[in-house]
Parts: sequence; structure tokens; C-alpha cells
Amino acid sequence: MEGITADKVQDSVGQACPMPIVHMAKNMRLMSAGQVLEVRADDEGAHADIPAWCEQTGNPFLGEEPSGGFFKYYVRKKA
Amino acid sequence: MAEKNGTTIVLLSGDMDKVFAAFTLASSAAAAGMNTTIFFTFWGLKAIQKGNLTGKSFMGRMVGLMNRGGLERQGPSKFNFGGMGRWMFKKMMAAKGVTTLTELRQACIDLGVHFLACKMSMDVMEIKREDLIPEVEDVVGAATATKNAAESSVQYFI
Repeated sequence: MEGITADKVQDSVGQACPMPIVHMAKNMRLMSAGQVLEVRADDEGAHADIPAWCEQTGNPFLGEEPSGGFFKYYVRKKA
Repeated sequence: MAEKNGTTIVLLSGDMDKVFAAFTLASSAAAAGMNTTIFFTFWGLKAIQKGNLTGKSFMGRMVGLMNRGGLERQGPSKFNFGGMGRWMFKKMMAAKGVTTLTELRQACIDLGVHFLACKMSMDVMEIKREDLIPEVEDVVGAATATKNAAESSVQYFI
């Protein structure tokens, strides 16, 4: 997405529920406040699950974009 | 009382599909920062058994033989066909990128899900603490499960 630079990229392409979220939670624990995680996933459920996880945990969901066969989701670690 | 931000799952079933549901929900809840506990009771104990033969008395040993524990040994609740179903579902799940039960249980452990085993079921089925994986935090009774549930905002019975 324009104007967003990811500090870390997580490749979850080919993974099914709940692993994209499990890896995302683990990665976010290791990141510092304000950093951005890019999650690449092709699981259709991730479309709803990633924003839902963000809403529950309070980490801002920045958006998503298609990228040939999968989606890139951007999440910022909350302060 | 602790803050009510927990998830408590009572896992009664040892069927592959139901254990999948329990570990999937537990890992997701823990990933969302919830204090998550699985209370393994009766057949659910199979999901945290090492898989060795158990039991002391004749009947206890028969239960241990007929219902041997261990995560990769369990069949689905429907269409098991004496083990064929387990093989078939494993193949279908792998083809769709679904993780294995063992990996999913490890994900729960890594995310800090608390594993509690039901003492009464262990007594009935003659399963000892040493028969369970070391990640099981404690062997407890229903009062502990009740306390956990009271501190949780989400509860599942599987």
C-alpha cells in the first residue's frame, strides 16, 4: 500500500486457519510499538480474521491489497 | 477475582475433529491476548496423553488398550471406518494447508494456553500424571474448572 513500509513480512501463503493468526500474534509480540507487520495470506478466512484480531487486540488495521494470488494485510503494533 | 478476559474450554471428547476445534479456538483466543485454559476431561485426556499404554487393574488396562491416548492416534467422530477415516481426513487437511493436530497443540503451548487435566477422569481411567505430556500444568478438580470459567468471558464445551 502506498505510503506504508513494512518492518517485517510474514509469509502465510498456503496456511489455513488458525495459523496465519497464530504466527501474526507471535510476530507482533516481538515487534515494537509503531512498527508495521505485512501478512501475506491466501486463506479466504484471513480476510475477516485479521481485521477481527486487530479490533479485539487494539492493534490498528491499516488495510489490504491484492497481490496476484494472495493478499497483503498491514497491521501496526499499538503504542 | 481476576479480570474477566479469559476463555475456558472444557474438552470432553477425544475425537480428532473435536480436538481440532478445541485447539483451533484455544490458539486463536490466546493469539488475541486472552487468558486461555483447556480443561481436559474424560476422553479429552487422550489429547494430552503421551500415547503409552495405561492402566493397572484388568479393566483399567482394557480401557487403556481400547482407547489408547496420543494425539495422532485419534479418529474423527464420523466416518472413521476403523482408522481409514483418520487417514483420509489427514490427507484432505494436509492438501488444504491445514496444520496437524500436533503442530496446533504446540502453537497453543507456545502462546501460553494453560492445560489442566481432570483428576477424577484420570482416576477412573487409571491414567497417571506420567502418562500425560509435561506441558500439562496441573491435575485439578471441577472446582478449579469452575473458578476458571467464572473468570472467563468466553466458554466452550466440546
